[in-house]
Amino acid sequence: MTAMPGVIESAAAELVGSADSGTDPMLPHRYRVVRRRLETRDTVTQLLEPLDEPIPAFAPGQFAMLYAFGVGEVPISMSGDPSRVELLQHTLRNVGAVTGALCAARPGAVIGVRGPFGTSWDLNSAYGHDLVFIAGGIGLAPLRSALLQALSQRERYRRLVLLLGVRNPDELMFRKDLRSWKGLFDVDVEITVDRGAPGWRGQVGVVTTLLPQAPFDPDNAVAFVCGPEVMLRFTALGLSQRGVPAQRIRLSTERNMKCGVGLCGHCQLGPVLVCRDGPVFSYDRLAPLLHVREL
Amino acid sequence: MTDEVAGIATRLAKHPFLAGMPDVHVQALAGLAHLQRWPADTRLFSEHRTADRFFLLEEGLVYIEMPIPGQEDMVLETVRGGEVLGWSWLFPPYVWHFSALTVAPTEAIVLAAAGVRERCEASPEFGYDLIRRVAGVAIQRLHAVRLRLMNLYDPTPPRR
Repeated sequence: MTAMPGVIESAAAELVGSADSGTDPMLPHRYRVVRRRLETRDTVTQLLEPLDEPIPAFAPGQFAMLYAFGVGEVPISMSGDPSRVELLQHTLRNVGAVTGALCAARPGAVIGVRGPFGTSWDLNSAYGHDLVFIAGGIGLAPLRSALLQALSQRERYRRLVLLLGVRNPDELMFRKDLRSWKGLFDVDVEITVDRGAPGWRGQVGVVTTLLPQAPFDPDNAVAFVCGPEVMLRFTALGLSQRGVPAQRIRLSTERNMKCGVGLCGHCQLGPVLVCRDGPVFSYDRLAPLLHVREL
Repeated sequence: MTDEVAGIATRLAKHPFLAGMPDVHVQALAGLAHLQRWPADTRLFSEHRTADRFFLLEEGLVYIEMPIPGQEDMVLETVRGGEVLGWSWLFPPYVWHFSALTVAPTEAIVLAAAGVRERCEASPEFGYDLIRRVAGVAIQRLHAVRLRLMNLYDPTPPRR
């Protein structure tokens, strides 16, 4: 079938706009792209403003379902400042038809947003602790919200540490933020790449190699980890070896989220539904599931 | 023991690589060690040259790298303050397999390889202790290489 994206998009957007999207979590709210920032070769940050009733305020770690009208819907974590309720920020990588359409959306384009869904990083429960943020690749996006919140409430926490691993320097996103955070006296930022490049003078190696010397107190740290599942497993293991208790290691995982509200079962991971019970889990809860091959 | 050797022994005992090593062994190592500083961009050793020492980095950053004809040297990994640099000195033919370059001002305790090997032969207890520590580091680095081979941050993502 030959699609007519323009017609489908405008019809779908009109239909969505006429519905009562304020109460039904299955109905998207219309948002307009107000700014598009290219982060890397294939990764884009979209800044969105509501055309209808905005979705409720989100907590760092939660995700929304972004709808490219006429193409499809994908779960994408919030990457913006949670205190800026009037604007949503999502960072996504072009890996297929839907994310490709969302990445390509230019200022003025309208997309659908449902959410926020799922569990958060729950920074409030980490008052008085060292916060250790560990990101792999685009995993920095969901952690950025948490970092921004922690920085806005800096007095509530002890050390703030960000450990970031990417494949090569070209894949570093949020460069302005990284430069800014690195310039702060009370934030430790360490970045490592799998493979250096001309001009790179930083560390080379996977992100887990940063753990043994990272400046935090394992007895008093809460770790927030986001990245591909293999990275989650090995990072959690490294944190455990440093002495961080499993209950204080929080991992953001991903499955094939569809409905976002625990109805459809697409994102089932053993006894949990990732869209409803996650995406953020503590390691003590997630560890038994990460090692089951069939899951 | 001279003041200088005593000072080195104190610093050796504080180095994470030797954490928990009995004093008698640390003091023996101190007699085989000296302190050294280098600015950034100093080559500490080169591939195929005799591996006659190793380094307990106290501060700084060092690239372990491999020259590739016609290209920039390939950086394999970094070694930082608090870590040990070099193990080719421990096994025949005692030549470096890779090269090392400082990328930041670096300070290290430098140990004379031949003397340490002799000490290993003379004291199996010391030798076993040291080999266990080197093996631990080697395992960590092998593990890190395996993770890199798995393309840790980009396992084929689901197409959406």
